[in-house]
Amino acid sequence: MTRVSRVVPLSLILSAAAIAAAACGGSKPTPAPTPAAASNTPSGPNTDSLDQARRDSIARAQRIADSLRAEQDRLAAGVAAARNTITAMIYFDLDKSDLTDQDKASLDQKIPILNANAGLRIRVAGNCDERGSDEYNLALGQRRAEAVVKSLTLLGVKPTQLEATSFGKERPAVPGENEEAWAKNRRAELMAAQ
Amino acid sequence: MRRYTLSAAAIVVLTAVAAPYTHAQDTTHRGVHIGLQYRQGTRPGVVVLPMLGVGGDSAQAVIQRDLDYGDRLTIIANVGSIGTSTANVNYPIFAKLGAAAIVQGFLGPTTLHVLVHDVGGQKILATRDFAVPPQVNTPEWRFAIHAASDEIEKSITGTRGVSATRVLFVRDGQIFVCDADGYGAKALTPKEGALSPAWHPSGRYIAYSVFTKAGTEIVVQDLTNGGTRHLVATPGGLNSAPVFTPDGKWLVYAHGDEVGTDLFAANPFSNDPARRITVGHGTDNTQPTFSPDGQQIAFTSGRSGHPEIYITDFDGTNAELLTPFEFGGEFYREGPDWSPDGRSVAFGSWIGGIFQVETISLRDRSIKQLTSEGRNEDPSYAPDSRHVVFTSTRSGVHQLWVLDVESGRVRQLTFGSEARLAAWSRALVP
Repeated sequence: MTRVSRVVPLSLILSAAAIAAAACGGSKPTPAPTPAAASNTPSGPNTDSLDQARRDSIARAQRIADSLRAEQDRLAAGVAAARNTITAMIYFDLDKSDLTDQDKASLDQKIPILNANAGLRIRVAGNCDERGSDEYNLALGQRRAEAVVKSLTLLGVKPTQLEATSFGKERPAVPGENEEAWAKNRRAELMAAQ
Repeated sequence: MRRYTLSAAAIVVLTAVAAPYTHAQDTTHRGVHIGLQYRQGTRPGVVVLPMLGVGGDSAQAVIQRDLDYGDRLTIIANVGSIGTSTANVNYPIFAKLGAAAIVQGFLGPTTLHVLVHDVGGQKILATRDFAVPPQVNTPEWRFAIHAASDEIEKSITGTRGVSATRVLFVRDGQIFVCDADGYGAKALTPKEGALSPAWHPSGRYIAYSVFTKAGTEIVVQDLTNGGTRHLVATPGGLNSAPVFTPDGKWLVYAHGDEVGTDLFAANPFSNDPARRITVGHGTDNTQPTFSPDGQQIAFTSGRSGHPEIYITDFDGTNAELLTPFEFGGEFYREGPDWSPDGRSVAFGSWIGGIFQVETISLRDRSIKQLTSEGRNEDPSYAPDSRHVVFTSTRSGVHQLWVLDVESGRVRQLTFGSEARLAAWSRALVP
C-alpha cells in the first residue's frame, strides 16, 4: 500500500480533499478568535474574576482547537478514504483478466470520484505473478488493465480519464514464490497519471 | 582405434586462402569432404599448441576454450611444447595422445598465422592468416581470435564454430551484450526498464522495448554509434517482443490495446504505419520468431484458453497450432525460438508447475525436453542450431546458461547480477 500511496501526487489528494469537504455539508469551521484578546486585560482589583476570565479564555481556546483538530481529522479521513477507494487493487486469477463480482463492486465505488473530478487522469497498470515469460505477461497485464478500463468506461467514466498500461511481471507488489505472493501480484493498480 | 582419413579435394579447398566456403555445412556429399572424417557421435581429439609471439599464450587459451565450447572436439591440454615448429611435427606422438588434429599458431603484430594438421594423414590440413588488432587482449582482439577459432573448427570438423557471435540479454533494466564465451559483458542502454532485446541479422542494429510514460515502446538502436529511434507505427499501449525479419527489412512485434495483443509488422527505419499480422480477437499473441526463410512466424498465443505455440504465414494466413493442445491440467507453452536450420522450435513449457525448455521437431512434431534442473525458459538458438542459451535458476538466481543440444553439456554464460531474456546473434563475421 505504501508503494501506491507514494505515486499518488498532490493533485489527487487535493481533489479528494475537496470531495471530502463537500461530503461534510460544506460547513467550513469558523476562524478561532485569538485567546490573547481575552487574557490581555490589564490587572484590576478583582484578581479572582480575572483568573476566572483567563481560565475561561483558555478553555474556550482549547475547545476551538479541539474542534479544528477533529475537523482536520475528518477531512484527512475523507482524503484517505477517497484515495483508498481509487487505488483499491483489482485482483485476478492465473492467466485470467475476468473481473470478479468483488472487483466490480470495487470499481463501482471509484466511479463517483472519477466523475466528480473530470480533470483526474488515472493510469491503470496491469501486473502478473512471476510465472511465465516477461513478454507473455506484458500482454496479459495489458489485457487486465484494458479489462478494468473497459469496465469503468462502460459505467460512464470518460475514456480520456483512463489509460491502460502493463508492467507484466516486472513490478511485483510482494516478493515470494508461493500462491499467497502470486495472488497479490496478479493485479491491476490504479494511480494518478502524471 | 579410430581411423581418420582426408580426401584430396578437401586439402585443395582448405588451403586456398580466402576461398568462399561454398560447401556450407553439408559434409554428406560423396567426394566433397571438408575436414577430418570421423565417426558420428565421436569428438575428435585436438591439441592447441602453445603459440609463438606476443600474446600467443592468450590466443592459445582463447582458441582452446572456443574449440572446447564448440562441443565437437575433445581438447587434449597440457601436452607441453612438443613440436611447436612447422617442420618435422611428430605425428605418431600426437596420435598416441589421442589427437586427430593439431593447431599451431604464430602471432605477429597484425596477423595470426594458423596451421591445422591432420594427425592421421600426417599432413597439413589447412593454413590460414587472420587479421588481428595490434593491442593484445582488447575486446576487438579477442573477437578476432574468436573468428579464427571458428575457421579452425570448420577446418577440422567441417562445421564453422559460433565463437565470433554475441549474446544480448537483460540485466538491471538495461540491455547488455557479451561474447559467446561470456567475456566482455557491457551495458548498451541506460537504466529505463528495457526488455526483449533482438538482433538485426546484420548485427549492426538491435531492437528492444522500454517502459515510457506513454506506454511501452520499441527502440531500434544502431550499435555503431549508439543512435536510437522509437518506433511510432502503433503509438500508445503495449509494444513489445520485437524481432527483425531474416532479411532485416521488417520489425515484427506485439502491439496491445483495447482489442487485445496481436503481432504487427513495421518498417524499423521509417514512420510508415504498421501492418497487422495476427487477428487474436482480444487474446494475447506475442513472442514472434521467424523461420529462416522469413516466410513463417512461430508465436505464443492464448487464443485457445492458455498459451500455446502457433505458426502463421508472414501475411497472417494459415495460422495453426504447433504444440499439442491438451485439455485439463495446467498447460502453458511460450517463448518460442525457431532454429536457424529450420528444423525445430525451442520453447518454454510448464511441466509440473516449473518451466523447462523443450524443442518440437517441425518434421514429425516430436517433443524433446532439454532441461530439468531449476526453472528454465526463454531459449535462443546459436547460429549452429546446436547450442541454445536460456535463462535458468539452477544456480539460485536467474543467469544465462548455454546447452549443447547434442551432448547435453551445459555451461554458465553470465555471472553477477541476474540476467535473462537472451538473444543469440547470427554470425557476426562474414
